[in-house]
Amino acid sequence: MRSYIIRRVLWGILLLILVTALMFVLFRILPTGEPARLRAGRNASPQVVAALRVDLGLNKSLPAQFWIYMKEVLLHFNLGYSYYSNAPVRGLIAERLGATLSLMLGGAVIWLMVGLPVGILSALRRGSWLDRASMGTALVFVSAPEYWLGLIALYLLAADIGRVKIFPGAGSYVSLTSDPWKWFTSLLLPWLVLAAGSAAIYARLMRSSLTEAMQEDYIRTARAKGLSERRVVLRHGVRAAINPILTILALDIATLLGGAILVEVVFDIHGIGQLAYTAITHSDFLIVQGTVLLGAMFIVVANIVVDIAYAYLDPRVRYS
Amino acid sequence: MSTHGDPPLLRVEDLRVEFPTEDGVVKAVDGITYEVGRGRTLGVVGESGSGKSVAAMTVLGLTRAQGAKISGRVIFEGVDLLKLDEVALRQIRGNEIAMVFQDPSTALHPLYKVGAQIVEAVRAHQDVTKAQARARTIELLGLVGIPDPDRRVDDYPHEFSGGMKQRAMIAMALANEPKLLIADEPTTALDVTVQAQILALLERLRGELGMAIVIVTHDMGVVAEMADEIAVMYAGRIVEMAATERLLSRPEHPYTWGLLRSIPKLDGPRAERLEPIKGSPPSLIDPPSGCHFHPRCEYARPEHARIDPELRPLPDDPSHSVACLLEPKERRKLWGEST
Repeated sequence: MRSYIIRRVLWGILLLILVTALMFVLFRILPTGEPARLRAGRNASPQVVAALRVDLGLNKSLPAQFWIYMKEVLLHFNLGYSYYSNAPVRGLIAERLGATLSLMLGGAVIWLMVGLPVGILSALRRGSWLDRASMGTALVFVSAPEYWLGLIALYLLAADIGRVKIFPGAGSYVSLTSDPWKWFTSLLLPWLVLAAGSAAIYARLMRSSLTEAMQEDYIRTARAKGLSERRVVLRHGVRAAINPILTILALDIATLLGGAILVEVVFDIHGIGQLAYTAITHSDFLIVQGTVLLGAMFIVVANIVVDIAYAYLDPRVRYS
Repeated sequence: MSTHGDPPLLRVEDLRVEFPTEDGVVKAVDGITYEVGRGRTLGVVGESGSGKSVAAMTVLGLTRAQGAKISGRVIFEGVDLLKLDEVALRQIRGNEIAMVFQDPSTALHPLYKVGAQIVEAVRAHQDVTKAQARARTIELLGLVGIPDPDRRVDDYPHEFSGGMKQRAMIAMALANEPKLLIADEPTTALDVTVQAQILALLERLRGELGMAIVIVTHDMGVVAEMADEIAVMYAGRIVEMAATERLLSRPEHPYTWGLLRSIPKLDGPRAERLEPIKGSPPSLIDPPSGCHFHPRCEYARPEHARIDPELRPLPDDPSHSVACLLEPKERRKLWGEST
């Protein structure tokens, strides 16, 4: 078991190094905005640009640049300096991680709390009115794009522009530490919008996974023991059905930690996604590179967590 | 069959189980009646699709979840189990009546330890602490012949061999000392040598614990060994029922003959070939007219396709009944000729 974990972690580290190297290829070798020009501003003289190229190390050979880049990123977690924002990229990301984390956590709690019970009830009453209604609703939410849903939500319910003024609108996000109540209320709409699609997906996943589990022989065994149906479903059915869902959950969380771009942009939440979005529009490539690396790291970590968690959740994996 | 006028432990009366499907109504069990006395063993034999497993599971109400239409009576110790609601039936399941299933590799939950699953069965019906239930579980595992039970109790099912899993299933079934054990093809999924061990185990436990057993199987050899009485099922009905010795020595139904001829004999002449029963089991949605067996029966006459035979006791032995349209004399002659 220990060697399995070590193997997974080493493999993850290797993968991250490869991703880091790939970033170099993407942003330094393939044509992008010339950093020195961006730094120098409009109408800068060639001399200024040339001087900046020396400053930024862009006059060095590509292998030398690559070595410096890899050393800085991997050893010092130095993601560079954004001249556009006039701040180090690492600091910019760290500053905004809280907002993204808040958005993701609340959203995940809501979509699990809604999606899983709906999926369980649907699986147990397949073909019933409840099943049809919830699966129909799920289909609508799965199909609705987040930014569209977000705009509709703001149009209907935001305190500033909404038809019914209930929730704080776009741009009202404050951090948890500065005002917990305002943090909570300002995130309610984004959470709901973020959770809507995922709740629908998780309800459908749970429904199909549990439907399958309930056909298993061990469910019949559980019933033959004289257990209550509630215990049969929750302890025996759901326990078996939940494993594949946890795998997907870990990856979804990791993806969102890399920035929930659409929801953050629509609700003007200053998170990683919005940072990446504005950086892309300004060709601020060091920030783009930083957020991509962050996203990759979350995905790799989530994969390792899933692999290890699986070994704990399913004893058959542990021994093979 | 009850002995000496005592009320039987279990009496199944005109039990019918139907499953509505898209292709039509499947009459899985089509009016069967049998009794099991205390401490007795009834063998229910038939091909796959004869309704024998469905009938067995319906005794415990396990076909309810599949949307089955059930009628008749299942009287256990004077109570009609078919009339009980789920809550009342749960008091019986795994407690008064326990069940062992065909494939132990899928019947145990793969994600829970074997011991935990038996502990759950103990605690479903007994108000004991976890430690007491665990001690009982270890005792049960020892009883069914699991070596090192105090260590193996913490194993997961995949760490058990097929035979050990079935022993664990039996231990789980015995957890609350049931009065009746229903074993649905308990050896079918196992290796031949292991089959014999499991049968010997059931036989031993019956002696030690004094429970009655209903053993459902397609294997005449299994019931010949274990059962006091045998009921032969075909297309959802019982076509012949008798005490084991009587049924083996004087079978009356051509289908029973077929089952007996398909058992290999070690003491027979080498040249003897096993005779399969021709044809395949009939559709339970649209069963053959008249005697359900007539399309596969070598001795069927044209009128057998019209007349539906009743299960009737034989004049010389009322405990032996058969549903066959052939004359008794003729049947005796035919079976005599063939052996």
